[in-house]
Formats: sequence, C-alpha cells, structure tokens
Amino acid sequence: MTTDIRVGVVTFPGSLDDGDACRAVRLAGASPVALWHGRHDLFEVDAVILPGGFSYGDYLRAGAIASFSPIMREVIDAARRGVPVLGICNGFQVLCESGLLPGALTRNAHLHFRNRDQRLRIEARTAWTGDLAEGAEIVVPVKNGEGRYVATAATLDAVEAEGRVLARYVGGNPNGSSRDIAGVTDPTGRIVGLMPHPEHAVEELTGPSTDGLRFFTSILASLVGAGAGRAT
Amino acid sequence: MPRVVVDVMLKPEISDPQGQAVLGALTRLGHQGVQAVRQGKRFELEVSDPVDEAAIAQIADTLLANPVIEDFTVHVQTMPTPTSMDRPLAPGRLA
Repeated sequence: MTTDIRVGVVTFPGSLDDGDACRAVRLAGASPVALWHGRHDLFEVDAVILPGGFSYGDYLRAGAIASFSPIMREVIDAARRGVPVLGICNGFQVLCESGLLPGALTRNAHLHFRNRDQRLRIEARTAWTGDLAEGAEIVVPVKNGEGRYVATAATLDAVEAEGRVLARYVGGNPNGSSRDIAGVTDPTGRIVGLMPHPEHAVEELTGPSTDGLRFFTSILASLVGAGAGRAT
Repeated sequence: MPRVVVDVMLKPEISDPQGQAVLGALTRLGHQGVQAVRQGKRFELEVSDPVDEAAIAQIADTLLANPVIEDFTVHVQTMPTPTSMDRPLAPGRLA
C-alpha cells in the first residue's frame, strides 16, 4: 500500500526558493503542492513549507508583510491544528512575524549578505528532523542579509531550557545570531524555522551535501507514521 | 487632515549594527563628540479626523513595529506641513 503525502509550498511575491523546495519534496518521495499567497486555500495538504526569498522585497521588515497574506490565515489555523510547518530563511522570518515561533530575525551583525556553505549541529528532535540524529552535523548553504536571530535573554533562556533550539551554527556564526541559534521549534516539534537552506543540499550535483534531503524525508516518514495521506 | 507620526526603535537590549556603522562613519568624518548612534524608522500616516488612537496603536503594534524587538511612540500633528503626498498625482505622471 502506498500513500500520497502532499506538502504545500507557499509562493509570496518575491519568494525565490519555492521551486527548490518543491523539488526537494519530490526527491524525498512526497508530492509538492503550489500554494498561492493570495488564496485562502491550503488544498488540505499534509504539511506546509514557507520558502526562502525576499517576499515583498523585505520591505518594512523581512517577512512582515507576507505574514499578513491571506494564505497565512490558513497556515496559522492549520499550524494550531497540528499541521507541520517548516519555515526556511524568509519563511522562518514569516513564522516569527506571525507569532508562531519566538524571537525575531534582524540585519546580520556584520551588515554583509552572507552566502556560503555552513555546518550546523541538529539539537532537537522534530517532525522535520526525525531522520537526523541529535547532535548530527550537517552542511547546508546559508544565504541571508537579515538572518541574525535575536530575542530577549528571558526568551532565549526559555527556548534553550525547553529544548527548542532546532540547530546551531558550528565552525563560525554567519550572521551574529544569539547563542549561534540557526533554527528553533515550537513545543510540539511540528512548527520549525531554520535560517539555512536544506532544499539547496539535496543532490550531489547542486549542493555541498545531500544532508538537507533528510528534512524532507523526515516529514514524509512522520506523516506516513501518523497515517496521513490517501492510500492508493 | 491630521498626520500621525510613529517612531520605531529597536528595544535597548537589541544590538544595532546599522547604528554602529553610522557611528563608524561619523568617527571617520572627524566627529569625536558622538558616543553612540541607534537607527530607527519614522512612519508618517495621513489619517481622517477624528484620529482613532486605538486603531493607530493597533497599526503600530501589529504592522509598523515588531513588538518582540521594537518599541514605538505615536505623535499626532494636527497642523502638519504639506508634503508631495497631499497633491494627488495626475494619471501617468511622476510628482
């Protein structure tokens, strides 16, 4: 019996990495579903990805205007119902602006746009990282100008104490993120934000590794295990 | 038409690299008397009379500022100086 797991990928005006996110979903064995920012319709997908890019040109604050898109009303409701959501880079910014994840992303501390292959250490077990061992180190590209993760000391302490740091930068911090935090998760492990780009590390030909593919195989395994998708 | 000015600044505990860059430039320009610079944003909203202060506060708190990392102040100018915003543009024309 095969199942048809469908993962939605939202396109905002200015999204760049929606295509690569769809490709990563397909390579992992699931079906990508294109979701339009202006529509109140998730087409009953089993999970949602908010991709990287420059939605609304990063005007006002990166991810701020996109967080008020019609589709985000549906994404927020779905997230609260337990539908897994992964925000990559700009998508992470949208999740923080939407209040689904704590903290915020601001201008890189050194003010440069940083684009390089980055080593990360996975620290939390989530629906999107089940295929990665805790403590596993992976290499994925990071490319951002507003990637510095910040929050009050109390929030950072709580995130760390609750085991909600998804991943940390190792071998160098590309943007000055507090406590080298590269990604965070909500308490359920279903709503996850990550600054680096796993969708750009899914094939030997085009990425520094295939480590990123694990994010997409993980959610597939998580959803199949939970009985999602139609049996075909 | 009243103008509402919303000033948005990063919270004091959030470091401001853009302000630091401006300070660096001031120093290089020979201005020794400036000790620190923080950079923020100013929004000017033309609003209908009477000013709905609750609505303005909501606009500021949910869109203009990110309350996780930013603080804001609101000032109402009842007799604002005219700007090019006040003259409607003819279709197809730049101001």
